[in-house]
Amino acid sequence: MTQAIIDWAQSPAGAFALFSALKILCAFSVLMFIVAYSVWVERKVAAAIQDRIGPNRVGFFGLLQPAADAVKAFLKEDFTPGHVRKVYFWLAPAIVMIPSLLTMALIPFGSNIGSQKMVIADLNVGILYTFGIVSLGVYGIVLAGYAANSKYPFLGGIRSSAQMISYEIAMGLSVIPIFLLVGDLNLSSVISYQSGGIFGWLIFKQPIAFLIFMVAMFAETNRLPFDLPESEQELAGGYNVEYSSMKFALFFMGEYAAMTTASAMMVTLFLGGWTLPFAGLDQPATTLIGGILHIAIFLVKMCSVIFMIIWVRWMWPRFRYDQLMDLGWRRFIPLALANIVITAIIVWAATK
Amino acid sequence: MESTQIREYLPVLMLVILAVGFSFGMLLFSVIVGKKGRRPAIKDTAYECGMLPIGAGNTRLSVKFYLVAMLFILFDIEVVFLYPWAVVYKDMLRTNGPAILGAMLSFMLILFVGYIYALKKRAFDWKN
Repeated sequence: MTQAIIDWAQSPAGAFALFSALKILCAFSVLMFIVAYSVWVERKVAAAIQDRIGPNRVGFFGLLQPAADAVKAFLKEDFTPGHVRKVYFWLAPAIVMIPSLLTMALIPFGSNIGSQKMVIADLNVGILYTFGIVSLGVYGIVLAGYAANSKYPFLGGIRSSAQMISYEIAMGLSVIPIFLLVGDLNLSSVISYQSGGIFGWLIFKQPIAFLIFMVAMFAETNRLPFDLPESEQELAGGYNVEYSSMKFALFFMGEYAAMTTASAMMVTLFLGGWTLPFAGLDQPATTLIGGILHIAIFLVKMCSVIFMIIWVRWMWPRFRYDQLMDLGWRRFIPLALANIVITAIIVWAATK
Repeated sequence: MESTQIREYLPVLMLVILAVGFSFGMLLFSVIVGKKGRRPAIKDTAYECGMLPIGAGNTRLSVKFYLVAMLFILFDIEVVFLYPWAVVYKDMLRTNGPAILGAMLSFMLILFVGYIYALKKRAFDWKN
């Protein structure tokens, strides 16, 4: 029996499955860690900007706050009000959480360690998978709004669905110029295209695409200045009003996980992924140290983007609803289409 | 070839299992360890900032939202059509440049006419 297991682990298929499981567990733990601590960073940054102290009771600098919050969320009463649609009410938090976890599958978070590529699944469909899964994110929020059978969540759910599908078009159109330049949907090829010099990064080659993608990312993850689905002052919290305990916490974990994977996506597409344009760090690593360094570079870039998202939250007022829809449908879609046409013509002129 | 391609999706399947297990595990765990409270009648009413709820929970929604959903489906399908074009664009430029550029320019033109139509029909007018 033991011998059979060892044989299986040493066969190519077995080794592949084991290494995949290992990578998934590591990436998942890191993601959960970042989710927990981005909440802490958010509260600290908010406090600093508003001239407060922020969480400082639990542990040194309040560093154990995420753990305390988790314990609190678990121990609270898990209450299902009588007027809700029970099945959907229970499903919605999980449906918010699942897509934001699945998006990380395609993101190359490092070059390689040994012979293992540092990406969970190196699929050739690449970005199509990511957009497919990101689209599923809207279901959870709409379902939560519908299931609660109450006015605030309902309005939040409706707003959120209209907002997310509007900005999904802008987001999908904004990245097409990248694939015109790269000529491959695989995200690893997008990164190898960006190696060699800082001006190889697609943020410099496609600044308009970057701008549209960034704004659409804020709207897709329901962050300020586009947090109309939640808007505390009007909807008292929006789609999650009727939720309590861990179900409530899952919505927030889902939001922060989506924010993290969106930042990772942005780093991969526009900021050169795990590469740095000097000291040969833009080539796949040959040593163990190099492989770990690439993962570190990726994480630093990703955390910088997350920090920017958090900072923007406390610097910008919320958009009005008609402004939000105008920006998506009247500004970004024509701009993104024009960007595609111009890029196509430039690529055509360059190959002549 | 085909079996290795399917094998590439194995990690995705494993991640799906982890994500589903994690999400529902969290829900289940909080039911097990969470506090069990009393259930007075007022707890079962919808939350409306502390006032007694007025009217039905599901109000009717503006037809505008259906319009957005319909436009989304039209435009999103067109976005998906653009991806295969974007991928083969560079390769095809070497052999048949004007054809691939012209094909997509005419496609985009038709798309843009539709967009102008929706704009003129005031589908993107959110003020009223």
